[in-house]
Amino acid sequence: MLSLIGIAVVVLGFMARLNPLLVVTAAALVTGLAGGMGPVEVVATFGKAFQENRYVSVVWVVLPVIGLLEGAGLQERAKTLIGAVRAATTGRLLLLYLVLRQITAALGLTSLGGHAQMVRPLIAPMAEAAAETHHGPLPEAVRQTVRAHAAAADNIGLFFGEDIFIAIASILLIKGFLAQNGILVEPLQLSVWAIPTAICALLIHGAQMVLLDRHLARMIAGGTR
Amino acid sequence: MIGLGVLYVIAGVFFVVIAVLSARDETNPMRWKNTTFWGLFAVSFLFGSYLPDVVNGLVVIAMVLTAGIGGLGRGAPATSGPEERRASAARLGNKLFLPALAVPTTALLGTFLFKRPELAGVVDPKQATLVSLILGVFVALAIAMPMLGARPKVSMQEGRRLLDTVGWAAILPQMLAALGAVFAAAGVGTAIRKIASMWLPAGSQLAAVAAYTFGMALFTMIMGNAFAAFPVVTAGIGLPLIVQHFGGNPAIMGAVGMLSGFCGTLMTPMAANFNIVPAALLELSDRNGVIKAQVPTALLLLLANTVLMYVLVFRF
Repeated sequence: MLSLIGIAVVVLGFMARLNPLLVVTAAALVTGLAGGMGPVEVVATFGKAFQENRYVSVVWVVLPVIGLLEGAGLQERAKTLIGAVRAATTGRLLLLYLVLRQITAALGLTSLGGHAQMVRPLIAPMAEAAAETHHGPLPEAVRQTVRAHAAAADNIGLFFGEDIFIAIASILLIKGFLAQNGILVEPLQLSVWAIPTAICALLIHGAQMVLLDRHLARMIAGGTR
Repeated sequence: MIGLGVLYVIAGVFFVVIAVLSARDETNPMRWKNTTFWGLFAVSFLFGSYLPDVVNGLVVIAMVLTAGIGGLGRGAPATSGPEERRASAARLGNKLFLPALAVPTTALLGTFLFKRPELAGVVDPKQATLVSLILGVFVALAIAMPMLGARPKVSMQEGRRLLDTVGWAAILPQMLAALGAVFAAAGVGTAIRKIASMWLPAGSQLAAVAAYTFGMALFTMIMGNAFAAFPVVTAGIGLPLIVQHFGGNPAIMGAVGMLSGFCGTLMTPMAANFNIVPAALLELSDRNGVIKAQVPTALLLLLANTVLMYVLVFRF
């Protein structure tokens, strides 16, 4: 039970808005010590785990391409393209992206998206441009809200689409866990039961996106008063 | 065979270049902290597989202390101004999308191609997606650099500009993955399982379902990902109550349970790569801005999952 102190460290550290790197490291050291490891063993366990998870950070290699294209006006071009479509609003655009992200993820095409590759260079500037077409230059708070929603649409589309694909990690994890407990299920049985939630996610977040345009209009009207 | 080893060398070289460019950027008052941080990250990528575990641990701690106390600085790499960008966008038009879309397209095609038996042994099939993504970066650079007449150094400086906007948050997802491993080694999962089984709500089916879906979301928020929470909460509540006691369908329990966990992922800073990293990438002043945009959907969907499971799990 003592090993749970680490979780308390994480929760309190994040709540106190301390630097997350310090919080996570402190939590790892405390957990290891409370779990009965020696100081050297704790550092070694953490170092080994960090080293084994390096694949998580390899994606940053994509930044030179994105930066280079940004410098050449990629975001401006994306904005021009969307600005020319009068029917495009932030809400409709993000709804469309949500649908596309969900469908492609359901087909296993999860790499067709992502925050560094898709949202920063294309989706966020397009969403901003759509708002600017209707409201003119955006106040900073509105701009930030639009960007946050661009990232949110990417996450929600991915999370509630990918489980419909039978070979995705989470489906295989569920199958493996149930098998360990003597229950055999086929991946297809699991992915079929991910469909009702996927539809709910589309309806719920889709409704939020329809309401987003009104919310942004209210934010802008409130700010100019 | 091309696998993680090759990718780590590429990433290592990338961070060496970032460290060197940071050191030479005199506009950044904290340039030596940036150089130390990215330099140590390069060491981890290039030599991490060969160093003793303790040394790897000390490298991480040195990185955390460098960035954690006082933060990192932000350089001012040479980049184009707004006027220049507008002119360039007008001149190049939609051609600009070509390299941008080359990255995901290559990632996609490569993932399929490298998994074919004819190509077995060329690329590690387990890493096909990641290898293809990095291959896509090189394809995109090969298209973009001649098109823009840019030298490699320009793209590295532009890359550093973006990396500096992300800052220390760039290693947070990897740190949290490492924390998860320490939690597992110290027996945190077993401890949580004991607690979960202590507040087993006996009696109503609805209470059991709600305890499971909300438990999945809560533990996902604490642990940062649904994969870590799933075995713990399912062994503690889902299997013994919903399946064994009330005879529910295990496939429905598992599928909807995992998706309830994903609702938790949308609401926690612990899921750094989905919530904190994009906030940094999009230069939001509020670190939790993305989470705030997601909370209404996450809560409603968690409720929907609870209803769905209650309606479906005992019927099929």
